[in-house]
Amino acid sequence: MVLVVVVLILIGTGTRQLVSPFIVAHQPAISLSPTALPFYALRTTMRMLAALAASLVFTFVYATLAAKSRRAELVMIPLLDVLQSVPILGYLSFTVVFFVSLFPGSVLGPELAAVFAIFTSQAWNMTFSFYQALTTTPHDLDEASRSFRSSAWQRFWRLEVPFAMPGLVWNMMMSMSGGWFFVVASEAISVGDIQYTLPGIGSYVARAIQDRDLAAVGWAIAAMTIVILIYDQLLFRPLVAWADKFRFEQTAAQSIPRSWVLELFQRSKLFRFIGRPIGTGLQIAARARLALPPGTRRLGRWLPSGHVVDVAWVGVVVAVICYGIWTLVQFAGPTLSWRDVLEASRDGALTLFRVVVLVALATVVWVPIGIGVGLRPKLAEKVQPVAQFLAAFPANLLFPVAVYAIVRFGLTPKIWLSPLMILGTQWYILFNVIAGASAFPTDFREAAASFRIRGWRWWRDVMLPGIFPYYVTGAITASGGAWNASIVSEVVSWGPTRLDGSGLGAYIAQMTQAGDFPRIALGIAVMSTLVVAMNRILWRPLYALAERRTRLD
Amino acid sequence: MEARPSDPIIELHRVCKTFAKPSGEPLAVLTDIDVSLRDGEILGLLGRSGSGKSTLLRIAGGLIKPTAGDVFYRGVPLTGPSEGIAIVFQTFALYPWLTVTENVEAGLDALGLTRPEARRRALAAIDLIGLDGFQSAYPRELSGGMRQRVGFARAIVADPIALLMDEPFSSLDVLTAETLRTDFLDLWTGHHLPTKSVLMVTHNIEEAVLMCDRVLILSSNPGRIAAEIPVALAHPRDRLAPPFHDIVDQIYSTLTSRSLESMRAHAQASGGIALSLPRASVNRISGLLERLSVAPYAGHAELAQLASTLVLEVDDLLPVAEALHILAFAELSAGTLKLTAAGRVFAQSSTDERKRLFREHLLRFVPLAAHIHRVLDERGGHWAPRVRFETELEDHLTRRDGERTLRVVTDWARYAELFDYDARSQRFSFAVTGE
Repeated sequence: MVLVVVVLILIGTGTRQLVSPFIVAHQPAISLSPTALPFYALRTTMRMLAALAASLVFTFVYATLAAKSRRAELVMIPLLDVLQSVPILGYLSFTVVFFVSLFPGSVLGPELAAVFAIFTSQAWNMTFSFYQALTTTPHDLDEASRSFRSSAWQRFWRLEVPFAMPGLVWNMMMSMSGGWFFVVASEAISVGDIQYTLPGIGSYVARAIQDRDLAAVGWAIAAMTIVILIYDQLLFRPLVAWADKFRFEQTAAQSIPRSWVLELFQRSKLFRFIGRPIGTGLQIAARARLALPPGTRRLGRWLPSGHVVDVAWVGVVVAVICYGIWTLVQFAGPTLSWRDVLEASRDGALTLFRVVVLVALATVVWVPIGIGVGLRPKLAEKVQPVAQFLAAFPANLLFPVAVYAIVRFGLTPKIWLSPLMILGTQWYILFNVIAGASAFPTDFREAAASFRIRGWRWWRDVMLPGIFPYYVTGAITASGGAWNASIVSEVVSWGPTRLDGSGLGAYIAQMTQAGDFPRIALGIAVMSTLVVAMNRILWRPLYALAERRTRLD
Repeated sequence: MEARPSDPIIELHRVCKTFAKPSGEPLAVLTDIDVSLRDGEILGLLGRSGSGKSTLLRIAGGLIKPTAGDVFYRGVPLTGPSEGIAIVFQTFALYPWLTVTENVEAGLDALGLTRPEARRRALAAIDLIGLDGFQSAYPRELSGGMRQRVGFARAIVADPIALLMDEPFSSLDVLTAETLRTDFLDLWTGHHLPTKSVLMVTHNIEEAVLMCDRVLILSSNPGRIAAEIPVALAHPRDRLAPPFHDIVDQIYSTLTSRSLESMRAHAQASGGIALSLPRASVNRISGLLERLSVAPYAGHAELAQLASTLVLEVDDLLPVAEALHILAFAELSAGTLKLTAAGRVFAQSSTDERKRLFREHLLRFVPLAAHIHRVLDERGGHWAPRVRFETELEDHLTRRDGERTLRVVTDWARYAELFDYDARSQRFSFAVTGE
């Protein structure tokens, strides 16, 4: 399955390499003046929004197709699973080449490449969540909508989208958090001969690094903080508060998410005046039947169904995969040797070791703290938004600060660059554990207290099993993020100084700079394999265990 | 609406439904069903859980296609959900993100009305069903009874000819259910509904007798129509009147004789091992025995009376009664339950004596328990995998029944300290006694 993706990438680039690489004509000069930052921040934000919109459209189309057609599902879901595990920064180089060659000489190419990079960091988990909602639509609601003879279009907007909404909004938030990281990384890129910078916070930082301007880095961090806070207040708070009405539980919630922006829209006359025609228009659109003429349905039945077609379908899929592998061998065979594979694997082992150690370290640090915070509701209320903010903050903006420190104190890069990998993603562990501890049933705690269960037994028998499912969720995100971060954190520079921590991330980064496509592909393949293997061997069983153990019936 | 024989509104002709088991073999849920829903009547479908009555209702509503047989709606073959048929769901099936009015309007989606027209009709339905004042509430703000009223309003808003109700009152508490039933009957007998006939699934016998003009009794495994009982009482009906009571009794004896028959048939087919055990916990068994042994029953009770004093529905009471019968603690026949000598002793014993007695009866009267016990005894290590018994049962029982039977026999055997089961290793083994 991993091969499928790698092959897809390679088929593309194999042809695209024929297009001669070039340098975008008008490179906008990046100004390090703080006054230019609001403009850069705006550009960065627009990229994020564009990617989010694209992700949403992709989610609706892809997930619906996968959920409605069994044969499409057979291919689309495993593909999605793999796409989710492929390090985004790894294939950034491929997409850059593609988009630049699509719009030669125009800044549109790199722009689209950046948007695409963010899109790939957002789309997969949104799609998964929507797909899951589609396949778990409550049976009785499904029957009800069928008994009213709603058309597919009506059903989609009345039943399926609303049912998926809370999960989708949550995943959009998660996606956005991840997205900041990639927008920063994708604004200043050099792949072989292609170099470009897009005006934005990311390129601002890149320039600051070049000029060894620590103050400018500080400005960028401040600007990013403000942007994230504004995004949260203006976009996500209202969304979450609004999505709350789609919660499926029929009971009233204890705490209702609120947002001043949403209240402004719902209560003030002016905004209601503006909003109403839009709302009515959307409702009319959703109520329209837009049913296929009855003839087309019948037509669908004409298609032969059953095992013969299934077998044929699987056959086609297998054939495509085989063709892909063959192309891959054709493409990579002449340049790659077993030595390269060995080297990439050795680097992969090093990075794997780092990820494991760092996740373990983060666990040891954050699980007790998270439990401590989560059990105190007042404190949790204050800490939780901070943890979520830290998770959203693109850690790569902080890298220069750390690098500066390493250079300054002459520390060993191999060891001291490692923590950067988990700098941004450790917070997922923290806030998931906090969420788990605050959701821990009070009667369990009271029972433990009344039986005087204390000390180590309290941890082992009461608390750790209680937060386990939440921890696993957080740890999966954290380790996935760490893999991605390795590509930008294992090789860093400060002005002319380059620090090389070696490892698979460093390998991919170096090959990208050199424009050595076969070796980038190799690096990605190794990394994807490791990520998928880690998911299958470690996280999935843990997840299943968590589900099984915490169920009563 | 006087009940006069005329063209049926919905007609099911030799309908069968089979589902595929996980193993691929077909599992018959309904066989050879002939039902006709006549103009002007409320027809009740009564059966134990698993008798396929909800499936039958969905076939009549066009939601499920029958495997064989034909369904007609006013003489025309029914191919899917059709205009003129509306369904009220047991779980209400309201969209939590829509207000009461919007939920009711959803029932009009297919008609493609203009917005004002849809709103007008929705409000009329809301008014009729007694939801005035709740128009802009969300379902989660409503009590169960109000939610089901929304379900009713949504069903009647499109002026259906046939109204299909799938246990509409069974997820409500006793008082609320009673209010809704009365309100519905008032609308029905007062001809305020456009609806011509109603098909109602229920497992509450009193409810069926209270509301229906005819009751069809479904037997289980596979579901087929076992009896048809007309209820020719004038509305409003008096639960305390002797004719009402007679019909309730008649239904109880039909149900018990049916279940005893099928138990016997299953047991004979397999040398006893595949005697399908009813879902009855040890607590319920001893609770019922204690209740039976004291006044006013003194060892002898009518099921109808027992059910109403214990506020248990057929689905709760019958399995326990069957368990008593199987274990020979009581005798079940035509709607009455009579304690045996052993049952009396059990009711008056201490915990340890009860366990001993239960163990004896389990070994003597439940062949499956004796079989597992023997296997454990013969095997070295004294353990046996669950799969072994699962496959043995699968020859005679459906997968669901087999699983239930194994679970019940495990529960009983654990109480009797006969043998134990480890869920992690999926093995039966001898109980580790505390001594």
